[in-house]
Amino acid sequence: MTERVIIAGSGGQGVMLLGKVIAEAAMRQNKQVTYLPAYGPEVRGGTSHCMVTISDREIGSPYVTKADSLIILNNPSLERFKSKVKDDGLLILNSSLAKTDAYLKVKILQFPFTDIAVKLGNIKVANMVALGCYLEAKKIIKSQNILEVFKFMAPAGNPKILEVNEAALREGGKLFHG
Amino acid sequence: MEKKKILISGNEAIAEGALQAGCTFYAGYPITPQNELIAYMAKHMPKKGVFIQAESEPAAINMVYGAAAAGARSMTSSSSPGISLMQEGISYIAGSRLPAVIVNIMRGGPGLGNIAPAQSDYFQATRGGGHGDYHLIVLAPGSVQEAYDLTQTSFDLADKYRVPVMILGDGILGQMMEPVRLSAKKIKANTFKGWALTGCQGRKPNIVKSFFLREGALEEFNLKLQKNYELIRKKEERYEGLFLSDAKVILVAYGTMARIAKSVISQLRSAGKKVGLIRPISLWPFPQEPFNLKNKKIKYLVVEMSYGQMLEDVKLAVCGRQRIEFLGRSGGGVPSQEEMINKIKKIL
Amino acid sequence: MEKIFFRAESLYDVSTHYCPGCGHGIAHRLVAEVIDELGVREKTIGIAPVGCAVVAYDYWNFDCSEAAHGRALAVATAIKRVHPQNVVFTYQGDGDLAAIGTNETIHAANRGENLTVVFINNAVYGMTGGQMAPTTLLGQKTSTSIEGRQKEKHGYPLKISEMLALLPGVTYVERVSLQSPQEVLKAKRAIKQAFENQINNLGFSLVEVLSPCPTYWGQSPKEALDWIRDVMQKEFPLGRIK
Repeated sequence: MTERVIIAGSGGQGVMLLGKVIAEAAMRQNKQVTYLPAYGPEVRGGTSHCMVTISDREIGSPYVTKADSLIILNNPSLERFKSKVKDDGLLILNSSLAKTDAYLKVKILQFPFTDIAVKLGNIKVANMVALGCYLEAKKIIKSQNILEVFKFMAPAGNPKILEVNEAALREGGKLFHG
Repeated sequence: MEKKKILISGNEAIAEGALQAGCTFYAGYPITPQNELIAYMAKHMPKKGVFIQAESEPAAINMVYGAAAAGARSMTSSSSPGISLMQEGISYIAGSRLPAVIVNIMRGGPGLGNIAPAQSDYFQATRGGGHGDYHLIVLAPGSVQEAYDLTQTSFDLADKYRVPVMILGDGILGQMMEPVRLSAKKIKANTFKGWALTGCQGRKPNIVKSFFLREGALEEFNLKLQKNYELIRKKEERYEGLFLSDAKVILVAYGTMARIAKSVISQLRSAGKKVGLIRPISLWPFPQEPFNLKNKKIKYLVVEMSYGQMLEDVKLAVCGRQRIEFLGRSGGGVPSQEEMINKIKKIL
Repeated sequence: MEKIFFRAESLYDVSTHYCPGCGHGIAHRLVAEVIDELGVREKTIGIAPVGCAVVAYDYWNFDCSEAAHGRALAVATAIKRVHPQNVVFTYQGDGDLAAIGTNETIHAANRGENLTVVFINNAVYGMTGGQMAPTTLLGQKTSTSIEGRQKEKHGYPLKISEMLALLPGVTYVERVSLQSPQEVLKAKRAIKQAFENQINNLGFSLVEVLSPCPTYWGQSPKEALDWIRDVMQKEFPLGRIK
């Protein structure tokens, strides 16, 4: 098994964090994993992306030329990365901020992650709603491990952040199951 | 007992490896793509150690010179333009026979270039880089785990041979995160350095210098350096070989490029193509041994994020016995798996 | 009979390579005497510059490091931070401290490093053959200011001591001269003060020493001393700056 994921959105949408959470969880499942962030002068705004590779074997290139899964959180990122997914791949799309491309052959799961995050009370967790959806669609990473990573990464003494992220993950999972 | 795995970037792994190796002095100046390293050192340097954000790269490397002269395990890190600025100090460190570790997380050049990954400082690193007849031991990790492990090795080699050691990585290695198993190895106490500057109580004064004015003195000293380098050449070649017993085409690549080469090899091997890999881990001394292959029909393909720098060392090692092909991109371009496969298909 | 004049223990019994009438020999001796008087020879680590005093470690009987041109204060910063219990000083010329090493000088001073600096100002590059220094006086002829230093072309003599005195990290700055025996005694007192400050953890101390270079001033040793008094001290007034 080798799963290559590209995650993209605008700076501030938590794209890097999402990639790191997946990588941390994969490590907890004793998978080989690489996380490669795009680095540049942009800290806020602009397009931001990262690449995560999960495998049972030694990972060669950490650079993903053709992804098994794309997680896209805004429209400019869709334009930039839609050609980088395999024909039989998966596209998870934030329909709050991006439109589908009719000609894409890939399996598309599009839901309004940002709107759902707003309803949950924190727009910043749109990334975790998308993650919940991805976990159910791909079943490579167990959500139990993601929850552990949340606890590992959450700033101490802020249980509310933990709660809203967990809620986001659950909502994302529900979306997949309809 | 083995410690658990943690997910960290190459930059952080080098910093953690250094601290684990007992590095008690770090001076550096910010530059992308190695900023996580200096930040990690600022945060984690133990209280009895010293962290300084220097006013420039020349200041940083000269602080490392001073700390090394004082007997501390010392390190600096930078990226290509900053390493150019440090060449003066590196030459003095080599000339004064001081141990130090210098990290170069390479970016595109020449000039200000860009911040994309590159391997175009190979010549600078392996030929000395500054003025004078000297070498650094140059180690090129291919994974975050190896970056962590080789950093510890670097300090040991620097102390053992009293030479500067460079860890040569690229922006991808620095930025990429991978699980790292931290070694449970205890921090070695700094070994006693009889030549270090500590004040001359109970002994004759120690002098740290690279200046030899008396006629013949510098040549004498340089011959000593050369003898040391000869010993290093004999003892410290490091490489990884894959499928060398049956390969018809052998890729030669280091660092991140070798990772991409491994992806290509596993793809081609599953299609029955006999492709192998030589991954030099020590770039100086450049490994000679794996190139000592008798079969004249073997072909080498050197792949770099630069335009034929390591290629020259491969040519010297192969010594005309076999054909050598080259694929290189630079300035932010990274040779892709497709480009490598196309090239290999043409050669096979 | 009581011995009242003797060689400092911190000074080797060798002759120096300096030109007749040069101030370095005197300045070396002052440093050595101060170190002996403070009883810190076995704790001292000196940093020799690039310039005429490059082999100062051949004359001083304590631990020494060379530093690349201008980098003495970066080297000293690290040594002192690694060994805070030792006494660390730099000995630098005007080209070293105030031209190529200005950056290292200003930032070590601004960090308030607990160091002692002996700054030899002889208004000329000696080792390389008499070129213009940052402290060369207006009108002073050197091999690279043939008509004499002109403000339009070369700018003004750099008063780095006054500049450094502005920095809050700097504890003590004094300018002294080797122009006469009385001034030499004052110079020694200032150097001693600068070392005592370090021993008492008071921070960055610098003593600027106006020092004769008869060879590249094109003067006899006596003329050079008079020139310091009559010309150089007008541009670089003596006394405590901070």
